[in-house]
Amino acid sequence: MSTSQPLLDVRDVVTHYGKIVALRGVDLSVASGEIVTLIGANGAGKSTLMMTICGSPKATSGQVYFDGEEITGLPTHEIMRKSIAQSPEGRRIFPRMSVMENLIMGAETASNADVDGSLQRVFDLFPRLKERQNQRGGTLSGGEQQMLAIARALMSKPRLLLLDEPSLGLAPLIVKQIFDAIRDLNQGDGLTVFLVEQNAYHALKLAHRGYVMVNGKITMSGTGKELLARDDVKAAYLEGGAH
Amino acid sequence: MEYFLQQLINGVTLGSIYGLIAIGYTMVYGIIGMINFAHGDIFMVGSFLSLILIVAFGITASLPIGLLILALIGVLIISMALTSVWGWTVERIAYRPLRGSFRLAPLITAIGASIALQNFVQISQGARNKPLQPLIPGGFTLTEGSDDGFIVQLSYSQILIIVVTTLLMIGFTLLINKTSLGRAQRACEQDRKMASLLGINVDRTISLTFVMGAALAAVAGLLFLLYYGVIDFYIGFLAGVKAFTAAVLGGIGSLPGAMLGGLLIGLIETFWSGYFSVEYKDVAAFSILAIVLIFMPEGLLGKPEVEKV
Ligand SMILES: Nc1ncnc2c1ncn2[C@@H]1O[C@H](COP(=O)(O)OP(=O)(O)OP(=O)(O)O)[C@@H](O)[C@H]1O
Ligand SMILES: [Mg+2]
Repeated sequence: MSTSQPLLDVRDVVTHYGKIVALRGVDLSVASGEIVTLIGANGAGKSTLMMTICGSPKATSGQVYFDGEEITGLPTHEIMRKSIAQSPEGRRIFPRMSVMENLIMGAETASNADVDGSLQRVFDLFPRLKERQNQRGGTLSGGEQQMLAIARALMSKPRLLLLDEPSLGLAPLIVKQIFDAIRDLNQGDGLTVFLVEQNAYHALKLAHRGYVMVNGKITMSGTGKELLARDDVKAAYLEGGAH
Repeated sequence: MEYFLQQLINGVTLGSIYGLIAIGYTMVYGIIGMINFAHGDIFMVGSFLSLILIVAFGITASLPIGLLILALIGVLIISMALTSVWGWTVERIAYRPLRGSFRLAPLITAIGASIALQNFVQISQGARNKPLQPLIPGGFTLTEGSDDGFIVQLSYSQILIIVVTTLLMIGFTLLINKTSLGRAQRACEQDRKMASLLGINVDRTISLTFVMGAALAAVAGLLFLLYYGVIDFYIGFLAGVKAFTAAVLGGIGSLPGAMLGGLLIGLIETFWSGYFSVEYKDVAAFSILAIVLIFMPEGLLGKPEVEKV
């Protein structure tokens, strides 16, 4: 890990939904070139953190820095034009657009001069999408939709990719495919990845570092190996998952 | 037969105008899920702006034909621009501040905006009918001297209306399906939050949707004025409700649906007046609305909801 300024820096972020507190002072950082994972139980606040980074909902207090620049108060669409992309919880494919149009949407507002090159890259990663490019997004299978969600996020050539549970509901073979793709993007293209996962075992094996979130706060952090070795992590998040 | 042909021509003409207005209803509904009840009055404002400009520029049928066409194009562009400002303003005042509040609130402010627009025009322009001397008189006579002596006419203004509408609808369909603005609109329609996560400025896209609807309503306003030669501050209500009916009949939210619905409502209204009774033509149109809402709320070309979520 480098000692220079992190690409993503989250400092003491608090987020509310109305009166409900979802994040209670979260601190974490992701350095350029890293894969960092965030694990935690249902309702811990992982997705809320992902969305707060993107400005929707906005943090009640605390700061988010991207590449040294504070982005906390900016409108979502401005944050997302800064080389950040998210494949959000629930995939959120545009159902009445074709696969191709969904992908083009990913590059729409980015200053990506090489849309064809990006298309080529995501078709290499997920050949299935190439076969299905004229099919409507809403009629894809769950796994295909997940591939499309990740591919769409990549179309803007982001420096930071936020992935919220990319393996949710997928067959082990597809999960492996998706995790391989993430590793590939990180090692081959130098993409920085911040990954939320229920599949803690795979995520911690893949990631350089990890954080554990409980009830809106970070309670543990360390390298993937360290966290995997901890008994409390094993007991809470790896039960029966280590295969 | 001649009589039928004449009704067909008249119906298509009327349907073109309804279709242009219906697009505004359907697009706004598509993107914010709400009926813009002020849209009919935006059409009325567009019609008045056209009339004011025509009078101010001194445009009459005696101008050379080339100059007349240029002058009308000028009127159209200015009227579209000014009417768009009205559409944009209605969105800013009546809709945007209430986004995220309970569903009925913006509906009520839209009705408020509608009443405000009507009263504003009534007070500033007067309540009486405003006539306009025909600018494009004449036309083709298609049949002559049939048994009952009925003459089928296709007037130049009808040709103008049908041609302009067809061109606009083609252009508009391309805009929605092929351009990045159209894609952004469809994205906001389907998942606003995801659109913003892809860097789309959702507020701006919604504003542009109102502006585009208003611009088309302005075209309809000018065409209506040229065709009927008389307008008043109340034309927006009836035309608005009929265009709304057209949008619902075609499937609210569907662009081709609005065009088809407009055409059908225009034809139904014309044939009803032609064969049954003129007095009940509005009843015919509104009965259609009730029947469609009861038996096929999706409309003719409504969204197929077959996708997984
Ligand atoms: N829109 C919302 N309005 C109110 N409360 C919300 C909203 N979204 C999330 N919450 C609450 O905030 C808390 C954190 O939710 P979040 O979705 O961030 O959890 P998570 O860690 O992503 O869980 P999961 O693993 O199940 O996806 C939960 O208690 C949830 O009920
Ligand atoms: Mg979540």
